[in-house]
Amino acid sequence: MSVSPQDVEKVALLARLTISESELQEVTERFSRVLNLVDELNTIDTTDVVPMSNPHDMEQRLRSDEVTRRNNRDALMASAPSQEQGYFLVPKVID
Amino acid sequence: MADVQLLTTPVSELRRLLSNRAISSVELTRAFLKQIEASNSQLNAVVTICADHALQQAALADEQLGRGEVASLTGVPLLHKDIFCTEGIRTTCGSRMLAEFTPAYNATVVNKLQSAGAVTLGKCNMDEFAMGSSNETSFFGTVKNPWDLDCVPGGSSGGSAAAIAAGMAPLATGTDTGGSIRQPASLCGITGLKPTYGRVSRLGIIAFASSLDQAGPMARTAEDCALALAAMAGVDGGDSTSADRQVPDFHGALSTDIQGLRIGLPKQFFNDDLDDQVRTRVSEALAELEKAGATLVEIDLPHSHYAIATYYVIAPAEASANLARYDGVRFGHRCDDPQDLEDLYLRSRSEGFGEEVQRRILVGTYALSAGFYDAYFNKAQQVRRVITEDFHRAFEQVDVIAGPSAPGVAFPFGAKQQDPIAMYMEDIYTLAVNLAGLPGLSTPAGFINGMPVGLQLIGRPFDEQTILNMAHRLQTDTDWHMSHPKLGDLAS
Repeated sequence: MSVSPQDVEKVALLARLTISESELQEVTERFSRVLNLVDELNTIDTTDVVPMSNPHDMEQRLRSDEVTRRNNRDALMASAPSQEQGYFLVPKVID
Repeated sequence: MADVQLLTTPVSELRRLLSNRAISSVELTRAFLKQIEASNSQLNAVVTICADHALQQAALADEQLGRGEVASLTGVPLLHKDIFCTEGIRTTCGSRMLAEFTPAYNATVVNKLQSAGAVTLGKCNMDEFAMGSSNETSFFGTVKNPWDLDCVPGGSSGGSAAAIAAGMAPLATGTDTGGSIRQPASLCGITGLKPTYGRVSRLGIIAFASSLDQAGPMARTAEDCALALAAMAGVDGGDSTSADRQVPDFHGALSTDIQGLRIGLPKQFFNDDLDDQVRTRVSEALAELEKAGATLVEIDLPHSHYAIATYYVIAPAEASANLARYDGVRFGHRCDDPQDLEDLYLRSRSEGFGEEVQRRILVGTYALSAGFYDAYFNKAQQVRRVITEDFHRAFEQVDVIAGPSAPGVAFPFGAKQQDPIAMYMEDIYTLAVNLAGLPGLSTPAGFINGMPVGLQLIGRPFDEQTILNMAHRLQTDTDWHMSHPKLGDLAS
């Protein structure tokens, strides 16, 4: 299946990526080639096959709801590009 | 030169030298740091060198060795792929997005190797977010193959593989989502093991595709990989997909007895598409195993052809979800002067991610989007089961499955970069192993025009021991694994 430049722009927006006008054609072509590759999946019958999300069909292991980690908020906040008094700073969201 | 011999000595032998006090960990650490300094400007295999940190750890190891407190890797220097979080040491994942990121914690693998006494020399270059098979997608530049500086080292753990081959470290960590340990190990002439999915904790490994990612050791010998895997493996409360299984003493149980083991050769791996010279080298290695008592049996993996298509839906889909966290707010790259929140997200991500990473996010987002989920993601997960069942059926007849690790030897820079599909084909023999969650390793199998070729051995789930034994036997009977490229700039 091939996609149009408009399809690519829509997916890019969903993924919060920008594609410049000059790159759009090439990105669309390469994107279509990858989709052509994966379209091969349509040639195999998978009726009644249960989708596999874990190679050992392992079930989610849960732990008891207890605090297990030390609070290292300051160390983690140090990675933020912009912060103040323990809050992440972003451009104004509400007028 | 004595140095060359030391720099190419396997970990198993370095341990002996350390525990006999024939050499100190500080001396050993200095020798490898010197070699990194001497050859990294040519190879670009290491992105961060932690000399002070390493020498401190080495001094501590020497004290322990002096007191006779010897753990499995006490005093042995190693390099970590720059995908493992290291507390206080920059961790970039080969991306501009994380070029300034310093984690507040260690990956479980890093903690475990540290507890085993290993000394961290630095962090290895890699394809951006582990997406690539040539190390050409790294934000920090390509890594060069020490066997031929005009060729790629493979990827994504190309920095780790090149570093071992060039004597910059005796041991390195790697990760493998579709072949990223085995293919570079093959192209650089070293041994690399991808364990069973779940064998090693993923906590603190920067996520690419969570149902496929697995960390493993890269070294000169299978024996060294056995030592390192025993130190790295085990269930972890911080990773709910880590397997709650006893970790065998892979090194203690290492054996050269492969008498009676059955090796399956998938006819789909040895078909007309296989390069003749690779076929010859792989067949010669298999003949050695046959001489050692193993039996070769042709097997059928009828759906292996679908592995590439399946992988290139599942891996990008999981990546698009995992990489949604890079929003320019909490950590990672942020664009200058964002106009509003939308602009902040869009520009931070487009500036921070390289071309291949963006392509995979796009494909993954598409495969998961409304209207396409069933046709792509669900379908790929169904085919994943079909491919996995082929392997399980084959393992009813055989103990190990063998084939090439990669379709050819290392190729020149740029040769496959313009065509994503040509690059994806580099992993044609390795991808299915990740889909099925099986252990696989690459061991050297000779050369084509002076460039290394790898033999891939695939085991039953959680049976790393058998493939390690088989590789160990091959390395006992042959010396391909002990060949090394000319080590550059070793003067002084």
